[in-house]
Amino acid sequence: MDNNALNKRVTLFCGHYGSGKTNIAVNFALHLRKVGHPVAIADIDVVNPYFRTKDSQRELEAAGVEVIALPFANTSVDLPSLPQEVYGLVQRRDKKVVMDIGGDDRGAYALGRYRPYILEENDFDNLFVVNFFRPLTRTAEEAYEVFREVEAAAGIPFTGIVNNSNIGPETKISDVINTKVLAEELSKLSGVPVVMTTVEKSLCEEAEDEDFFALKLQEKLF
Amino acid sequence: MAEKVLMKGNEAIAEAAIRAGCRHYFGYPITPQTEVAAYMAKRMPKIGGTFLQAESEISAINMVYGVAGTGKRVMTSSSSPGISLKQEGISYIAGADLPALIINVQRGGPGLGGIQPSQSDYFQSVKGGGHGDYRMIVLTPESVQEMADMTALAFELAEKYRMPAMLLSDGTLGQMMEPVELPEESSATIEKPWAVTGTEGKREHNIINSLYLKPEILEEKNIERYERYKLIEENEVRYESFMMEDAEYCVVAFGIAARVAKNAVVEARKEGVKVGMIRPITVWPFPKKPLAEAADKVKAFISVELSMGQMIEDIKLATECKKPVYLCNRVGGMIPAPEEVLAKIMEVKGGCK
Repeated sequence: MDNNALNKRVTLFCGHYGSGKTNIAVNFALHLRKVGHPVAIADIDVVNPYFRTKDSQRELEAAGVEVIALPFANTSVDLPSLPQEVYGLVQRRDKKVVMDIGGDDRGAYALGRYRPYILEENDFDNLFVVNFFRPLTRTAEEAYEVFREVEAAAGIPFTGIVNNSNIGPETKISDVINTKVLAEELSKLSGVPVVMTTVEKSLCEEAEDEDFFALKLQEKLF
Repeated sequence: MAEKVLMKGNEAIAEAAIRAGCRHYFGYPITPQTEVAAYMAKRMPKIGGTFLQAESEISAINMVYGVAGTGKRVMTSSSSPGISLKQEGISYIAGADLPALIINVQRGGPGLGGIQPSQSDYFQSVKGGGHGDYRMIVLTPESVQEMADMTALAFELAEKYRMPAMLLSDGTLGQMMEPVELPEESSATIEKPWAVTGTEGKREHNIINSLYLKPEILEEKNIERYERYKLIEENEVRYESFMMEDAEYCVVAFGIAARVAKNAVVEARKEGVKVGMIRPITVWPFPKKPLAEAADKVKAFISVELSMGQMIEDIKLATECKKPVYLCNRVGGMIPAPEEVLAKIMEVKGGCK
């Protein structure tokens, strides 16, 4: 990954439901912190009840990343409310902010209330995360359909594509490389560049010559 | 081999149902199963199917009842509190001898409970739930792959025996993502001479009904139905036997609990404990025979459940209490760690001479 490319004050991760936004957002926040920026990560996923940014809260905070999570995430209260602290993050402009947005257009609507501040500051990357092994985004055309739905709901133009193609633990490095052509096709359809290709950490070592962003996955309990 | 995709359990159910020829879905959203409805909402309009979000669960199950009468493959899905609301309709579907698929992605209860995974609707699923003498075929997947495979199987069994079938899952399986090889598209279906499809003046009217005011007739209907249930108990029991050949202790678990318990069994074996596992795949019909046979060989059973101990009663019945049955459980949305199950195995071994 080109470190200069993704260096905006606000980085948003949007995309299809289950495309891997949370894992990438967590890893990207840790990466920004590691290269020396003050960082906060905000979970404004109002769609997904399980598997949240909050699962990585301890690791993030130990690394010095501020975590803003939904007040009721990972509890038994199914109440999709947004934390007031997020306003502070978009208005104060004193640190880098990574935002993990809920999947599909349904999830992206939550971004609406922060849109005026993000657009006014105009120092953001809005990244479309795609996994071409997910059932409803198997082709560039299908992915572009979701791309447009999410962009319309967010009201913020996409500035980059993150190719997070994987089939979980069965992923081979060739699977990822094979999807590059799809990502490029999506890039042509949308006019937005592919800015990041993500690969699980251990697989990354198998392909030294490729420019991958290594992902450490959230812990699996069973 | 078909190519694999990465799916959530809930999505796998929806896609597998579509591939099994289901074109009618009626439901009402509830966490943690909403992805089934969301997926159907996106896909059904594109393939000429019907997705309808009803005004309530009661309404949804009665829409299922209506379509089932026409012989079309039809389903609904919900999570525990929503399934409670559907019980009246399920009883009517059973009473009218109609095939239909009901998905329960369980969450903690009773009442509104929580949104985290649970298996505490076991009694509700296998002992009635609704009123009257009836049974439901209940399949319990333990992976996203099985969520897909058993959806197709449940449709087939429901049609074969003209009765409702349930896929009894839980929030974890619904939400977790795994690689899955989706079943092939299938248009295979059986003759349904009983279906309400219009007589075209060529045959007698078919009547879909569960009301029998003459007690002699209602008695006869119930007895007939139980003869069919007997056939199912003889022919459709499914279970997995894991490391049982020389086992001295037998863990019994289904669904997500079996997945955790299997890890514990493997760990216990490493420590030299002869333990195996029987995983019921159908919880009705319950695998009575393999459990009864195990009761002659093992020293004790351990029922691992995400409930206060519900399946444990069926284990005791199947084994006629020949050997002690211990409970290892977590509830309210908690899942036991493999270490907790391992500790229970060790405790039981320590207490059995």
